[in-house]
Amino acid sequence: MSTYLIQNVSVLGGEPQDLLLVDGVVADASATPAEGAQVVDGTGLIALPGLVDLHTHLREPGREDAETVESGTAAAARGGFTAVHAMANTDPVADTAGVVEQVWRLGREAGHCDVFPVGAVTVGLAGERLAELGAMADSAARVRVFSDDGKCVHDAVLMRRALEYVKAFDGVVAQHAQEPRLTEGAQMNEGELSGRLGLAGWPAVAEEAIIARDVLLAEHVGSRLHVCHVSTAGSVELIRWAKGKGVDVTAEVCPHHLLLTDELAATYDPIYKVNPPLRTARDVEALRAGLADGTIDIVATDHAPHPHEDKDCEWAAAAFGMLGLETALSIVQETMVDPGLLDWAGVADRMSSAPARIGRLDDHGRGLEVGAPAHVVLYDPSVRRTVDPAGSASLSRNTPYRGMELPGRVVATFLRGVPTVLDGELV
Amino acid sequence: MCAQERPPTQAGAHSEPPPGRTVLDERDIARALTRISHEILERNKGGRDLVLLGIPSRGVPLAHRIAERIAAVEGYAVPVGSLDVTMYRDDLRLKPARALMRTDIPSDGIDDRVVVLVDDVLFSGRTIRAALDALNDVGRPSAVRLAVLVDRGHRELPIRADFVGKNLPTSLVERVQVRVADTDGVDAVTISDGSDGSDGEAQA
Amino acid sequence: MKRHLLSAGDLTRDDAELILSTAAELRDLADRPIKKLPALRGRTVVNLFFEDSTRTRISFEAAAKRLSADVINFAAKGSSVSKGESLKDTALTLEAMGADAVVVRHGASGAPHRLAHSGWVRSSVVNAGDGTHEHPTQALLDAFTMWRHLGQSRPGGLEGRRVAIVGDVLHSRVARSNALLLQTLGAEVTLVAPPTLLPVGVETWPVETSYDIDRVLPGVDAVMMLRVQRERMNGGFFPTPREYSRRYGLDARRMAALQDHTIVMHPGPMVRGMEITADVADSERSVIVEQVTNGVAVRMAVLYLLLGGNESGA
Repeated sequence: MSTYLIQNVSVLGGEPQDLLLVDGVVADASATPAEGAQVVDGTGLIALPGLVDLHTHLREPGREDAETVESGTAAAARGGFTAVHAMANTDPVADTAGVVEQVWRLGREAGHCDVFPVGAVTVGLAGERLAELGAMADSAARVRVFSDDGKCVHDAVLMRRALEYVKAFDGVVAQHAQEPRLTEGAQMNEGELSGRLGLAGWPAVAEEAIIARDVLLAEHVGSRLHVCHVSTAGSVELIRWAKGKGVDVTAEVCPHHLLLTDELAATYDPIYKVNPPLRTARDVEALRAGLADGTIDIVATDHAPHPHEDKDCEWAAAAFGMLGLETALSIVQETMVDPGLLDWAGVADRMSSAPARIGRLDDHGRGLEVGAPAHVVLYDPSVRRTVDPAGSASLSRNTPYRGMELPGRVVATFLRGVPTVLDGELV
Repeated sequence: MCAQERPPTQAGAHSEPPPGRTVLDERDIARALTRISHEILERNKGGRDLVLLGIPSRGVPLAHRIAERIAAVEGYAVPVGSLDVTMYRDDLRLKPARALMRTDIPSDGIDDRVVVLVDDVLFSGRTIRAALDALNDVGRPSAVRLAVLVDRGHRELPIRADFVGKNLPTSLVERVQVRVADTDGVDAVTISDGSDGSDGEAQA
Repeated sequence: MKRHLLSAGDLTRDDAELILSTAAELRDLADRPIKKLPALRGRTVVNLFFEDSTRTRISFEAAAKRLSADVINFAAKGSSVSKGESLKDTALTLEAMGADAVVVRHGASGAPHRLAHSGWVRSSVVNAGDGTHEHPTQALLDAFTMWRHLGQSRPGGLEGRRVAIVGDVLHSRVARSNALLLQTLGAEVTLVAPPTLLPVGVETWPVETSYDIDRVLPGVDAVMMLRVQRERMNGGFFPTPREYSRRYGLDARRMAALQDHTIVMHPGPMVRGMEITADVADSERSVIVEQVTNGVAVRMAVLYLLLGGNESGA
């Protein structure tokens, strides 16, 4: 196996030191002779544990024109991720052991990062009856996260059963909180702007009502609950309240919800159309505060590739979603680190340890201590770059940050001690 | 779209002395209009079938003044109106869309009448060409005549005036500006070398 | 004014009054023997209608033809699946045909905005109604009608005039455009509707709102009734059509509460007996038929001012 010596690198933003990766494990740089090691100059770089995304759409099987496991995981590696959770809303839906094993195997073959399939909660995401959750959990893919993401498990009884059932294998239901009746035809955050633009409103309460119900259900049945892409100030408040009561709930926020606001809808450019929608500046502020104080546990990308034609049209006809893997760390720096809301150790927690914990991953999110698996990101926070969609490793180009200047750059990513990205390029 | 040539306003116009050299003053203009009025009547053998159509903006008050003089001589009113030629101009596409000015055809129309077009300055002849086209869409006069206060030459089309207040030889760079009391607060025709930045002469 | 007419909110007061005064000149054309002007000779205007709207299309068609433009009618009623593709592909087709202006009616809010700003076409875009967003030429013809009746057709003529817009404001592009334009022209607008049919955030609009039509009617100079679309009747926005009519319909009894000079308007098509009774629609106060006539003059003014000059025009 390989040996890499990363010299003079700032681990989690601390004093520069050497970091030694031997045979896929972090070794003691001071004690172990680094003979034959390949040397990487880490001067000015920050070392973080490999990032873990709990919410990625890899589109395969079914929409290989938008993304494949190969291209999506390449984008993940370029964004500093060593593990991604592939959402279940593929075609066919990942609601059987067969589909999740296929995705898992494709991930292993691609080799850019580890792929952990998410299983659907209900058959065909239809919200009517439970999928074979146990079979997926027992499969080679070892599914622990279950979600109908894209659709809400809105039936209260079904949600209760799902929460209860996954306890048998320490799973978690990741809820896409969207009350369907309140969001029929909804296009953007409901507020003054939606009224002015004539776009059907997506009220915050449609998200908050489901979160409120689900935390009460989770408490009642003693299950753990994960809330996907929290987007409103009210949701943060509810989760804070639930955690205060001791409910076993975790929550994620997406980079775009930390940075962008609903004002962008005024362009009618569907590149800004996403589910849940971009919200107000007040919500953005609450989300940042929630992530800083731990109310929101993790950042998850909700990386949602779409082919050009699904965005190059009028707003109402366009698909929901935006790319996120390759820009996530930069946006977290921009919105959390640079304003002083979170330090690099905090980033490591929100983007590596905590998501790995929620996903029950043994081999990820274990930090950079000696003996931990050698999943490492080297990140240069001092440079600024202008986002060019054409430079993405994703098959799709629907980044809302096109032309925007963002801080930071992933220089290298190591998966089990082997670089998947070096000098910013895929290995 | 924005109005490049809005109708002149009266506000503030009274105090400004016209720039450039004055070639016709208030009295000269009055005399010229009187003479034009007589010539029209003479040529037309009376005013019974006349219709005076002023070309906005300054042709319109001039047409009214001619009508007053005819009425004073003949003892009856001659119909007066206005004919906006904006949409018929051949340079419509060369500038941003211009605001329209009033077209007001007397109620009895122009069919079988003698229409006298009245304008302030005759220059290239293009405005009158446009006016003839516009007239064509309004009706069929028995004859069309042209009266202008100033003919400054430099015709670009085979058009001439029947009644001229003053022939004013000019060079192409000079600006001829007609001011009338109704819109400008003062009656005067001035000529300038075009470098004083005074607003454009009636581009005729 | 800008190169496109997408929202009534894009118009400055000068722009709007220029359109109204131009329309006033053009309205007289209908009385002349030859109802045609040469201003847009050689220009091509495309009516691109993704939704059925015979009256709006005919109005634009008459306006363009009276200005001597070539008119191409393109009825592209897109299926819901391929709607996005067809907007872009249709736009590219029109561009290839050399359209100078595209008059677009589309079911999706913002579609004209996309057409104007996506780089698909270079022509001017006129919004002839998009989703529940705006319908600026309807607002202009409504303002023009009010201006003639209440404002002596003079600049500033609508200053301080009070207008009630009654009905389904939530789904009405006419109400949005009217609220913006009338505010620009100095009029005071009151939106009257049941709370379920007022948009969220309406309190930030430059208007008053009321749930009580009877309190509003005696004080206004014009009252505009909005159509209640059939699909709203089953949408739970109000209990029954009968209750709606009783609380928000304009009937003879309510008409009697209006001031003598107050005019009654409706953008059409009317649902007689629902938001307005037949005797009100046909009364002397009603200017509903005149609104149609004025529509042609206003659309001529818009097309002339957008296309009449050179394209680099300010």
